[in-house]
Amino acid sequence: MTTTTLTIPRIFDRPRSASGIWSWIGTVDHKRIGTLYGITAFLWFLVGGIEALLIRTQLATADSTLIDPDTFNQLFTMHGTTMVFLVVMPLSASFFNWFVPLQIGARDVAFPRLNALSFWLFLFGGLLLNVGWFTGDSPSGGWFGYAPNSGITFNTGSGMTFWAIGLSVLGVASIAAGLNFVVTIFNMRAPGMTMFKLPVFTWMTLITSILLVLAIPVIGVALIQIGSDRLYGTNFYNSLGGGDPVLWQHMFWLFGHPEVYILILPAMGIVSEIIPTFSRKPLFGYPFVIFSGISIAFLGWFVWSHHMFTVGLGPAATSAFAISTMAIAIPTGVKILNWMATMVRGSIQINTPMLFAISFIAMFTIGGLSGVMHAAAPSDAQQQDTYFVVAHFHYVLFGGSLMGIFSGIYYWWPKMTGWMLNDKIGIVMWFFTLLGFNLQFAPLHWLGLDGMPRRIFTYSSDQGWESLNAIASVGGYIIALAILIFLFNIWYSRRNKVMAGNDPWNARTLEWSIPSPPPHFNFAEIPQVQYRDDFWYQKYPEQHEEGHVHAIAPSGAQDDDDMMFDPETGAAPSGGAEDGHHDDHGGHGIHLPDMSYYPIMLAAGITLGMGGLMAGNWVIVLGGVIGMWGLIGWSLEPVNDPAPDVEH
Amino acid sequence: MAQQAVTEYHAEVHDTTYNTSTGLSNRKLLMWAFLGSDVMFFGSFIATYLVYRNRSLVGPYPENIVDVPITTISTFVLLMSSLAMVLALHYVREGSKNPGRFWIFMTAALGLVFIGFQVFEFWTFVNEGLTPRTNLFGTTFFILTGFHGAHVTIGVLWLLILLFGHFKGTLRSDNSLDLEIAGLYWHFVDIVWIVIFTVIYLVTANDGAPPGAPPFLHG
Repeated sequence: MTTTTLTIPRIFDRPRSASGIWSWIGTVDHKRIGTLYGITAFLWFLVGGIEALLIRTQLATADSTLIDPDTFNQLFTMHGTTMVFLVVMPLSASFFNWFVPLQIGARDVAFPRLNALSFWLFLFGGLLLNVGWFTGDSPSGGWFGYAPNSGITFNTGSGMTFWAIGLSVLGVASIAAGLNFVVTIFNMRAPGMTMFKLPVFTWMTLITSILLVLAIPVIGVALIQIGSDRLYGTNFYNSLGGGDPVLWQHMFWLFGHPEVYILILPAMGIVSEIIPTFSRKPLFGYPFVIFSGISIAFLGWFVWSHHMFTVGLGPAATSAFAISTMAIAIPTGVKILNWMATMVRGSIQINTPMLFAISFIAMFTIGGLSGVMHAAAPSDAQQQDTYFVVAHFHYVLFGGSLMGIFSGIYYWWPKMTGWMLNDKIGIVMWFFTLLGFNLQFAPLHWLGLDGMPRRIFTYSSDQGWESLNAIASVGGYIIALAILIFLFNIWYSRRNKVMAGNDPWNARTLEWSIPSPPPHFNFAEIPQVQYRDDFWYQKYPEQHEEGHVHAIAPSGAQDDDDMMFDPETGAAPSGGAEDGHHDDHGGHGIHLPDMSYYPIMLAAGITLGMGGLMAGNWVIVLGGVIGMWGLIGWSLEPVNDPAPDVEH
Repeated sequence: MAQQAVTEYHAEVHDTTYNTSTGLSNRKLLMWAFLGSDVMFFGSFIATYLVYRNRSLVGPYPENIVDVPITTISTFVLLMSSLAMVLALHYVREGSKNPGRFWIFMTAALGLVFIGFQVFEFWTFVNEGLTPRTNLFGTTFFILTGFHGAHVTIGVLWLLILLFGHFKGTLRSDNSLDLEIAGLYWHFVDIVWIVIFTVIYLVTANDGAPPGAPPFLHG
């Protein structure tokens, strides 16, 4: 057979360095990409948090003139957009990247370069979204961008256009990541790991990914519509041309409600790992938790109009959406019951991840209950656009998603870094987080029921809202303090390292069977899976009712000699990828994919092409050239370059 | 062995099962999942078109401007390109060089003819006074069919790259999966057009001025 290798001339050599900045730019390793997601999202978390503190400072007193109305609009718009798209989603993505391949016994995701593309698009899209802080004209139409208020007639600056463009780029990143994890979870499972032996976190990742793949295109279309209205004068949401503002609301919430589950399901997956681990019991009712997750994702498509009860859709539509919204509380309640039943009669170990996980259940339940109150349409008509709604969704998104994510950070930190986060400082942080959170958001329930509207930049002193607002603002600062304690904990724990070993928590899933941090190739030998929680039954075969498990040495026996890393520098073992592969079980390849510059090139091209819609046509051309170069280079680049000594 | 240029991670061979948990190729599964995503994309645009049916404030309205016979011809051309795609995959799999090449070329060429019809149609509409800014019909029509046309264009470029690869020897019967995946995309874009054709050219083509809107007088 003829052997022809298509190559295009390279300006840069294929990246090979194992350390330094170029090793991160060219990386396709799911663990490094997970780290990049985590760090970037955490930085955005600080930005979004500062925006929140400015909002709370402004609202702490009546008739405050600290921040003018227009800046206030920009702050709440960017706070919401940042926290949803640049913090909670990518923090979840960070865990997807880190732990899905490890939990299913794979060496990487199905499409490592596509994975890198997702990260770079996320990074660049986030920058596009925040361009406004430098031009002095940030998006100010709310994170929901209601038309026609977000149209060019009523919002004349460049802010909302950058909002539409930036979110479109982020959308491409999300769809690519979603596709990647769908394929990874279906196709890359270790031998024996059937779908109903998957860890719950992986299951929730799968459900979230399917939601991403199906929901993001809807917001993508809405953004294209509002963007072309703003840029080219089309009529989608132009009321003078007959455009219908209600259509925007349908489009946005048809995306927006599945999005809510995109934000919460990963956290549900995280606590479903942590609660069994620290209760020393298998998850109660595993199939119920899985099927509840599936039902939530399915029903999540039929509840969007509960965001629109005051629009006037008529009694039939309103009743139908009220009923479907109440119905979705059932699978959610099932999950809460399962987590609690897991703890019942378990030998519970109290530490930071467990405390955050328990707080997740409690706070999420409160948020869920106020959510069911919204489901009653007449009651919702009173709550619409008040702080009661703000209280509700912060209880589910902060009290739910972020508590779950912090729980996951403390739980998986030792696996990611090799050293433990200090538990005492962690518990102090947890205490201040929970305290600050409740001081901040509980009073908003009362304020909302008393009629305080959302999105107002100030209120007059005769409304009687001052003391509760002051308490809420103090709560906000306590949350900020908790985050500072978290940063201090990282600094302190890094200075006083307590090495974790493979399995510091005596946990249940496969990621704990390998060194911390995992070697580049993850598994020296692809595991053979027999049972759900397979690693647990390898350690404690006598606990399995069937009792056929082949035991391995318990985790205590695995000492530092097993570590293939220098724990001080975290440097990868030289040539580890080749040395470590003794098998090709199940076709999980011998070679790990080589690094590549093309994902970042393609991402830069797409971002420039989109940003050029605002910056000028030459930027679009530049973006097109870079993007096409990246795309063609990518498609002609083999996943693995031939090793120099191999004859071709 | 030649480098399997666009193969991701797993070395894949022309076989019915792959070394994956499901036995499906990763890339094929990726394409199916992507098509699911694209269904939501086009679905949203088609829904917008239908929501805004009969809501233009000024003309031209569909009955003034839509040319059903000529679009029926271009629809036929696009459907025939799907047939060409099936034949191309058949011959490439079989290893028949020249028929394979011919039918890949024909698929791309028929796609290009369809694009030509669309360019002609857009040009005619603009000349008759319908642009994306004119009214809601113009806005929803151009954006919906324009995004479909963009999909076809991407498909044509993809096919031309595959054709080039067939000449270079990187597309062979043992990795015809490359062509099969492009085929999935191509057939999908065709199916979307069947829906668009039905909605725009069969269901709404005779829509005139909605109640209260002025009739359109040819200028």
